[in-house]
Amino acid sequence: MINLFYGLMAGILFGFILQRAHVIRYDKQLGALLLKDMTIIKFMFTAILVGMVGIYLLGDLSLLDVYGRPLIIGGVILGGSLFGIGWSMLGYCPGTSWGALGEGRLDALIGILGMFTGAALYAEAYPFFENNVLTWGKYGNITISDALGINHWFIIIAIIILVLILFRWLEKSNL
Amino acid sequence: MHSEKKKAWNPYISGALSGLLIIFSVVLSGNYFGSSTAFVQLVGILEKLISPERVSQIKYFSIAEPILSWQILFVIGILIGSFLAAKIFGEFKWQLIPSLWRTNLGSSKLKRGLVAFIGGSIAMFGVRLAGGCPSGQMSSSILLSISGFLAMTIFFIVGILVARLVFSGGVKG
Repeated sequence: MINLFYGLMAGILFGFILQRAHVIRYDKQLGALLLKDMTIIKFMFTAILVGMVGIYLLGDLSLLDVYGRPLIIGGVILGGSLFGIGWSMLGYCPGTSWGALGEGRLDALIGILGMFTGAALYAEAYPFFENNVLTWGKYGNITISDALGINHWFIIIAIIILVLILFRWLEKSNL
Repeated sequence: MHSEKKKAWNPYISGALSGLLIIFSVVLSGNYFGSSTAFVQLVGILEKLISPERVSQIKYFSIAEPILSWQILFVIGILIGSFLAAKIFGEFKWQLIPSLWRTNLGSSKLKRGLVAFIGGSIAMFGVRLAGGCPSGQMSSSILLSISGFLAMTIFFIVGILVARLVFSGGVKG
């Protein structure tokens, strides 16, 4: 029960921030895909950098158990490509569509209904994918530091440097 | 357009706040952000009302159990939080056709509605296969998972290519 309350609270705060940053808007999402406005890239990568440092710091202090997510290359490539197609048509992703509806965007509501349909279809199709695409390139919970066999802080620092270079370039190019 | 830009919070500060929020969520309740499982669970809850026997036969609903979960409350929270922010800052507006769409692709409600519905279906089918939507892949990337970075890269590359087709007449505005 308390878990559900935390979910609601996290959602309300996240929804508030998403709306204030205007990143839930169709114009911003398509702006990124059309390479005209990189607001959502700045938002997402900053969240990743801060989250990464915090989570791994807590992990190193033994306050959290930190491990990677499972990798199935077949699923990520086929599913990721399908998402790319659908995302550029809808202009909202699953999380942001709820926020867009919150600020009155009715096309996001239509998108949510479409997403329910897609979820129902996937539940039907799962047994088929389970035996082929979802067995291609299955690696278990693997992180970049596991794959390279080096300490996670080297990876984190490298990612921070690369992202800061990207941000500098975006700001210089007025994106 | 420009006045709208002035009113928005800085994306770096907003992103950093969201990163902190994820850390707090993980520490308090062990939950990383993610949204797409909620869609499967909500559909499962709906199908259970119609035919509980059928739901018990669908294997995927044993993986994403159709029960009220952290993630369902999370997406409902996003709706409420965004609504509150939009109302407080005077930005709430009913709108079916986004301005970038209207400028470039016209004002047909049917066309926007159909593309949004079909796009939503394909997008959700895809993220379930890929193991998570952008918010889930953001969490996966925070954990330095290869799957998170690979998924985000593919989302963007394919999204950029298809957006060019959707806006094949050039982009104005």
